[in-house]
Amino acid sequence: MTKHLDRDMERLHRDILSLSAMVEEMIDKAARALREGRLDLAEQVIEDDEKVDAMEVAIEEECLKMLALHHPVAVDLRRIATVIKVNNDLERIADLAVNVAQRAIGVGDYPRFKIPEGVAPMVTKVTGMVRIALDAFVNLDTDAARSVILNDDEVDQLNAELIGRLRLVMQSDSQLVAPALYCFSAIRHLERIADLATNIAEDAIYLVDGEIVRHRCITARTAK
Amino acid sequence: MLPQRVSIPPNSLSNKPVVGDADSKPDFPTAIDIDCFRAFYGSYQALHDISLAIPENRVTALIGPSGCGKTTLLRWINRMNDIVPTARAEGKMSLGELNVLAKSTDVVDLRRRVGIVFQKPNPFPKSIYDNVAYGPRLHLRMSRTELDELVEWSLRKAAVWDEVKDRLRKPALGLSGGQQQRVCIARTIATGPRVLLMDEPCSALDPISTSSIEDLIYELREQYTIVIVTHNMQQASRVSDMCAFFYQGRVIEFGTTDQIFTRPDQKQTEDYVTGKFG
Repeated sequence: MTKHLDRDMERLHRDILSLSAMVEEMIDKAARALREGRLDLAEQVIEDDEKVDAMEVAIEEECLKMLALHHPVAVDLRRIATVIKVNNDLERIADLAVNVAQRAIGVGDYPRFKIPEGVAPMVTKVTGMVRIALDAFVNLDTDAARSVILNDDEVDQLNAELIGRLRLVMQSDSQLVAPALYCFSAIRHLERIADLATNIAEDAIYLVDGEIVRHRCITARTAK
Repeated sequence: MLPQRVSIPPNSLSNKPVVGDADSKPDFPTAIDIDCFRAFYGSYQALHDISLAIPENRVTALIGPSGCGKTTLLRWINRMNDIVPTARAEGKMSLGELNVLAKSTDVVDLRRRVGIVFQKPNPFPKSIYDNVAYGPRLHLRMSRTELDELVEWSLRKAAVWDEVKDRLRKPALGLSGGQQQRVCIARTIATGPRVLLMDEPCSALDPISTSSIEDLIYELREQYTIVIVTHNMQQASRVSDMCAFFYQGRVIEFGTTDQIFTRPDQKQTEDYVTGKFG
């Protein structure tokens, strides 16, 4: 029984790692498409989403099968429950990456529009959060997971600053309202990706500690 | 390969069980108070300083690998071990005001208050009616009508009345395993116990009979304090409110069943419930 569960658990782990890698690559490509105007990358992101969708369904089916056949408890139960949630979050992140890629295509139609400087640090922050949250999940590192949760506030701050800048752009030049709105939307999607990275970090904490920290205020002090 | 497993400091086999967290402590009055209890077979110590507060009107499951002392503890609660010449015990075990281990304790009265159901159904080679009426005839003075009513009440309570009401005078041994076990439970509750001890009551039964017994345990918990020994982890998680994990004669962890099966505090408990050892 245990060997069967271990075997299925290893396969599930490999699958979620593959999905993580695929989604991380999609975020990277979508962000570059926005910042560098690489429309080829945007197209790739849109194409990759179908593979992510198929993989998400396969992983969920595998989790349900394991719950039905092995009746896992304790850490095994927490791992499968966490994989179900992380799997869902990764699929949502992939959808948001597609949205960012589509907005990048929209912005690409307006060569006069310059992507605000603050986008690059926000992209770096968001991609870093996703990477650290997934590493925390894989390495069972609750300290790293808590640092991701703390970073979410910084992303919210960057988001607010960028929206302020875009508002100024729209006020100063009505010709740039359309691309600024595309950019505004892309930034909002990046901010949502950071929220989902936070969810993954919270799930990593549940996996290790068995404690649901969602909807609790984690501050720099309580994180230690 | 999976990443390294959750690192929980290895338990040092301390004497006191680890009660999960504040939420795990039972809010119910204690039915059986066990404190620093030690049990021996000759020079072999089977149980080491067991301390457990078994809550009233709840189901407490004792789990652990074979030979860890679960059944020994269960058999001491109604002094079944008195018939084992080498068995002796030290420490405290009380049932309300009654000191279970005292030599002066009336064992017959104790067993009326603490019934036991064994692994294999063991009806007497008598009729279904006589099986259930056996205890009351010994312990209680009652008229024929009262006895009839008590037999029916017990069989109804044990959820087997509808299946046997037309053949009460037929041999109990002619029933199916699941029916026999429920008749044995009826026989146990007929004497009016407050505590029901169950030593792997479903291990010899098919899944449907097991389900009937588990439903019955759920029904009975309102009126009885139930202590069940089981090797079936899923059964322990389904039927019990509290769970004690035994290993090598010690209680490693005692907490709510929910806590033991979702986030046990001790690595040994986790390894056992997830099937990593045992």
